[in-house]
Amino acid sequence: MSQRVQVNPITCEAHGMCAELLPERITLDEWGYPLVDDTPLHGSEVEHAIRAARACPTFALLVQRDRAPRGGRVRTRSG
Amino acid sequence: MSTPQTTMTELLPAREGAAAAPPALPRLLAGIRAEGAMTHAEHVELHGALPLAGARRRRGRGDAGRLLEEIDRAGLTGRGGASFPTARKIRAVAGARGRAIVVANAAEGEPASLKDRTLVETLPHLVLDGGLLAAEAVGADELIVCVCETAGAGVEAMELAIGERAAELGDTRQAPKVSLVSVPSHYVAGQETALLQYLGGGPAKPTFTPPMPFEQGLRRRPTLVNNAETLGHIALIARHGASWFRELGTPSQPGSTLVTLSGPVAHPGVYEIENGASLSSLIEASGGTTARVRGVLLGGYAGAWIGGELVPALALSQEHLAPHGATLGAGIVVLLSDAACPVAETARVARWMADQSAHQCGPCIHGLDALAGTLAQIATGTAEGNATKRVERLSSLTVRRGACAHPDGAVNLILSALEVFEADFADHARHGSCEACDRAPELPLPLRPVSDAPGGPRPRR
Repeated sequence: MSQRVQVNPITCEAHGMCAELLPERITLDEWGYPLVDDTPLHGSEVEHAIRAARACPTFALLVQRDRAPRGGRVRTRSG
Repeated sequence: MSTPQTTMTELLPAREGAAAAPPALPRLLAGIRAEGAMTHAEHVELHGALPLAGARRRRGRGDAGRLLEEIDRAGLTGRGGASFPTARKIRAVAGARGRAIVVANAAEGEPASLKDRTLVETLPHLVLDGGLLAAEAVGADELIVCVCETAGAGVEAMELAIGERAAELGDTRQAPKVSLVSVPSHYVAGQETALLQYLGGGPAKPTFTPPMPFEQGLRRRPTLVNNAETLGHIALIARHGASWFRELGTPSQPGSTLVTLSGPVAHPGVYEIENGASLSSLIEASGGTTARVRGVLLGGYAGAWIGGELVPALALSQEHLAPHGATLGAGIVVLLSDAACPVAETARVARWMADQSAHQCGPCIHGLDALAGTLAQIATGTAEGNATKRVERLSSLTVRRGACAHPDGAVNLILSALEVFEADFADHARHGSCEACDRAPELPLPLRPVSDAPGGPRPRR
């Protein structure tokens, strides 16, 4: 059961907090929107990712848990 | 073809005869008239009565029904552009928790497509039949027909058709409530989640998924959104079966499909073709070309360009088009004459697509705007540095970063133009506009949408 970060592009307003708090996963494009590495998080990264999600002013950063091993339902949690 | 609204629909001749021996082609367009809608009486005479399961059973596990199995065996795929297997979609809705809703989607925001408008204007009962059958398959108590607000005749025809069916629907126990909604004409309004947000009283803009419409759609109920043409095919599969459906088309892409053909041909309009038919045969059916063909835009403004020299060799099937990076999308074929400038035409469409963004997602807002700006600079020879490189970089910053596929579609069109018309782009970048740049546009673009800022829906019934 792995977890990954995802951005809701509709609610994201390019505050850039996520890139500050999770630089190992997130960089910003030339307009300030996050470019996300959404491969599964390593164990130690999960806490960082959740902290970054909680810090997002528009709750646009999501830490997703893959519930079923193959393409099953996905549970979303925001900070 | 100037604007979709003024284009005549060319019609294939209807075959004489009734339901007993369904003709090879046309299927959907059988009995169509040059003007006006087929009445319910005429529709029943041509196709036979609507084969609902009759005694409605409660929806249960193994009971999404025989129809669903037929649709599955027929290999029907969605005709709104995504080609998703229809049976799988129906099954997902039928299996979700809660009473389902069916939405018949004839929003058709694509300027180069006229097929859904044609269906609701001329054959509204085919769409209604499919909607009612789909409603039965998923156990829905509501069918909502969505027609583009600019298709005035379509809205009217559908309203009349629903009225004609009122008595019949009243007779059927537990018949779904049927309503008609005219929806905004902008490009993304017909996208599934945009349509559902609009029907729910919000703006016609895409929403973030999950949840997907099949699990939580309109009013948080499982919602089946099917393209109007897809429903038309369901209406015929229910009557004639999967084997009949598969008599036409290719094994991997069975059946027939509606195609909107525009550009320099004698009779642009909507045609019904067998899947896998050659592009040449389609052009021939339209009376032949009236100019040399420089390029072909397949799949509309989210589609891909193909060089005109490939016209004689092209078959309109997924297998054939995939190596060219193209699909038919919602059945759109636009020919560009060799008098037109492909750079100016593409730059114009790119700007329109940027303007058609729902302006919700940053990468789509900024990416498409920057791409359209760069293309305009290339077209006028005012771009600095390596503009092609910049287009490629902006494209990679734009794709797959929106809530919907709108930015992906626009980037697809732009990158294919760069490849197919490479020499023209290089030439414009170096020397600026060509003579053809100032010609009247060939690719159709609506002057402006009827409603720019969509509010809530305006129910018609």
